[in-house]
This record gives sequence, structure tokens and C-alpha cells, in this order.
Amino acid sequence: MTVLGALVAQNIAFGVIAAIMVFAAIRLVTTRNVVHAALFLVVVLGGVAALFLLMGAEFVGITQILVYIGAVVVLFLFGIMLTRTRIGDEEGTDHPNRLPAVLAAALVATVTIYAVVSGFGDVELPAETRTTTAEVADSIFSTYIVPFEAVSVLLLAALIGAIVIARRD
Amino acid sequence: MIWTLALELAYWQQTAIKLVVVALVIPTAALILGYVFLMKMMSFMQSRLGPMEAGPYGTLQLLADGVKFLQKEDVFPRRADRYVFALAPVVVLVSTFLLFVVLPVGPDAVVSGLDAGLFFALAVASLSVIGILMAGWGSANKYALMGGMRAAGQLIAYELPLVLAAIGVVIQAGTLDLNKIVLAQATGEIFGWGAIGNPYILTQFVGFAIFLVAVQAELTQPPFDMPVAESEIVGGYQVEYTGFRFLFFFMAEFGTAFAFAGIASVLFLGGWYVPGLDPTSGWFNLIGPFVMFIKIMAVSTLIFWFRFTFPRLREDQLQKLAWKVLIPLALLNIVVTGVLKVLV
Repeated sequence: MTVLGALVAQNIAFGVIAAIMVFAAIRLVTTRNVVHAALFLVVVLGGVAALFLLMGAEFVGITQILVYIGAVVVLFLFGIMLTRTRIGDEEGTDHPNRLPAVLAAALVATVTIYAVVSGFGDVELPAETRTTTAEVADSIFSTYIVPFEAVSVLLLAALIGAIVIARRD
Repeated sequence: MIWTLALELAYWQQTAIKLVVVALVIPTAALILGYVFLMKMMSFMQSRLGPMEAGPYGTLQLLADGVKFLQKEDVFPRRADRYVFALAPVVVLVSTFLLFVVLPVGPDAVVSGLDAGLFFALAVASLSVIGILMAGWGSANKYALMGGMRAAGQLIAYELPLVLAAIGVVIQAGTLDLNKIVLAQATGEIFGWGAIGNPYILTQFVGFAIFLVAVQAELTQPPFDMPVAESEIVGGYQVEYTGFRFLFFFMAEFGTAFAFAGIASVLFLGGWYVPGLDPTSGWFNLIGPFVMFIKIMAVSTLIFWFRFTFPRLREDQLQKLAWKVLIPLALLNIVVTGVLKVLV
């Protein structure tokens, strides 16, 4: 396939995935059933993984599947199903604070869009953006070793903190 | 693949062929494993013949069963969540389908030789939990919900030893690419003797054992079949399923068993390589599938032997085994492998 053809195919795939993600994200907040909301979240996160794969970031994309879909959403579902297991529409899934929620969402969107546009502007990405796992590993364990270790310690502290809060004896 | 056919195909043609091959492999694998092990091996262990009527020695029994399943009415429980209920078996089957994407059966005979192939396989294997939880919740049945809960707890607990057991191999081979793991074993040497390469079952036997136990739990097979324990919760999350949706669960279970046996053969038994041939030779694209099939059947024999031999564990015993035995053992294996890798 020519470079141009690959770029066109990439753009079409991006459009399709993005459309699915937007639809799932809207349904996620409008559905009246909590389990359905969690399942739409699976679709959104799967779309994020697909976008990473599309950009050639294999390792990050697979991590997205393993961590977010395979672990985080499974825990969500597990918790929801243990506490409320009703099928069909539920009352009280809406929160009265709609305005602050809209403001917060708009603020996040503005900041993200501004950061991306001012950061990259008209820069065109190279057609071949594939990074190998070895490159990711090399940069984590050499260039970014200090932030990596700091995050590890932070996560460990969060884990221990959760255990301390959960244990009441 | 292309080398043996000596022709160039467009990308979409290759993709179409690969899709058809994988779509055929899953039901075929389910038929073979179901017939050879579930019907015949279990029967012989129990001193009976098993099915003998459909086809010679009952070989067509599962095909007959499959046709019967397809004819059945597609029943929905009245209070079930229709969409979630209907989609659950599909999600489980998709997880099985994706497992075959990275499984290599020759140097070029692989659907997509991802650079992080092993990581991909372990990640998509975890997708089946979502399908099982959907089935358990969507059925609107308390036994189904209990089965779904048990399954989720079990699969989360056993995913860790599964991943950690594979890391020993990754450290030794120095790559996550399944084909490079095969090559590393083919070109390896045992104390300078390289006639049979260095299959990692020799150095990573602990990892192999943990991997097989974890696979057994991931497949929710006895002795880890609490999610579907028919004597306790009458089939768990599968209780409301009939017809072709039940067939989906059946195919997914045995297809996943086949895929995991394949991954275990790649990680520990040298994959498509047989000693005596140059591992870069194109001939492996031809004989590789057969070599892999033999190795997969050998690993499957072990998996199903355990299935038919051990009684079911209790829920707390299951969690204890995972968190207090398998995970510490796997971590120890990683530490020892890492130290030896640096020293040797």
C-alpha cells in the first residue's frame, strides 16, 4: 500500500472509531441503567485502545485493554452487580448538579483542545509512527526512570492506604 | 504462508483469508478437543466407551449435537436484559477469536506477528470476564448472577499468576514477540549442547506448572469450575442459555483451551520448531502447523487429565491457592530468573 493510501485508510478508521466512541460516550451519560453505563464505558475505552493501535503505539494500546477493560471496568461491574442488580430503567440516576458538571466538562475540553492545538498546530505526523515495545521499555528505564519510580512509590502508597482504610481492626 | 504459495496478495485479500482460517479453526478446535478429550478420554478413564453411534467410533457426535443446538429456539427469559443477554456469548467468543491473532504456527504463518504478541494474548484473554459478567447479570437469575460473581472473582485472581508465570519466559528470551520466543528456544543451548535447542520447560518448569494451573482456572474447568458448578448453582452464568448461544459458550471454552495450549507450547515447548532443521527455513511454514498441533494436543492432554481427575475446590481454597501459593511462587520464579539472567 502506498503511503498516501495508508494515510487515507488511517483517517477513515479514525473517523469510524471516533464516531463509535462519541456515540458510546453520550449513551454512557444518558442511559438510565448503571450496568449499561459501565458497558458503554467498555466501548469508549476499547475505542481509545483502537486509536493507540492506529497510531502504532502497540504497547500502550494493549495496556489500555489489559488495565482499563480487563481490570478497572470489571471491578466497576463487580461492585455494581453486588450492590444493585435491577434490570431496566432506574430512578435517581440523574444528579441535580447539571450546570457545574457541564462547566467542568467544557473546561476540560477547552484545556485539552488548546494544549493539543498549541502543542502540535499544523505539524504533520510521519506516516510511520510505530514504536516497538523495546523502545518504550528503554525510554521508561533510562530517560524517565525518576518519574517512573516516583509513580511506582505513589501507587504503592495508595495501595497501602486503601488497605489501612479498609481494615477497621 | 506467502512464501509457500509463491504469490503476492493484496492486504485485504490476506486479511480475508486469515479471518476465514481463524473462523474455521475455532469450531474445528472445539470439535477435536471435545471429541478426543471430553468424550473419549474421560470415558476411557471411567471404563466406558463414550458415544459410539454417530459416525465411526462416535466421531460425528459433537457435529450432530451442534446441528441440534442450531435448530433450537432462541429463548430469552422474560425478565432478562435482552441486549446484554444476547451479546454476552458474542463477547466471550470474540475474546477467543482475538487470542488466535498472535498465535504463530510458522515463521510467517501468523495472522499478525505483533511486537508485543504475548502481552496482547494475555490482555484479550481478560476480555472474556466482561462477557461472563454480562451473561450472569443479564439473565435475571440468581444462580446466573452468583456464577458470574464467582467467575469474575476467579478470573481476576488467576490472571496474575498467568501473567507472572509467562514473565519468566519473557526474561529468558528477552522479547514479548511469540515468534522470537520460538527462535530463542530453537537457537538456545543447554550447557553448550544445542542439538535440541533449549525448550524453556527445562529451565522454567515452575513457570510451566503455574501457567497450566492458571489456564485451568481461566477456563473455569474442574477442579476450578465453581462458576458453572452444576451441583451447586446449576450451571452458573450459562443456566439460561440454550441453542446457538450455548453453543457459543461451548466453542469459546474449548477454543480458548486450544489457544492457551498453543501459547503454552510456544512459551515452553519450542512452538513450531522441531530439532534438526534450520529454524529460519521456510519449510516450517508448511510443517509448523502440524508440529504445533501435536504439541497443542500434548498440552491439552495435561489440561484435560487434571480436569477429569481432581474434585472441585471450595471458593476460599481457590482464592488461597491463587494469592498465597501461586503468586508468591511466580514472583520468586521471576526473581531467580532475573538474577540468573544477569549472572549467566
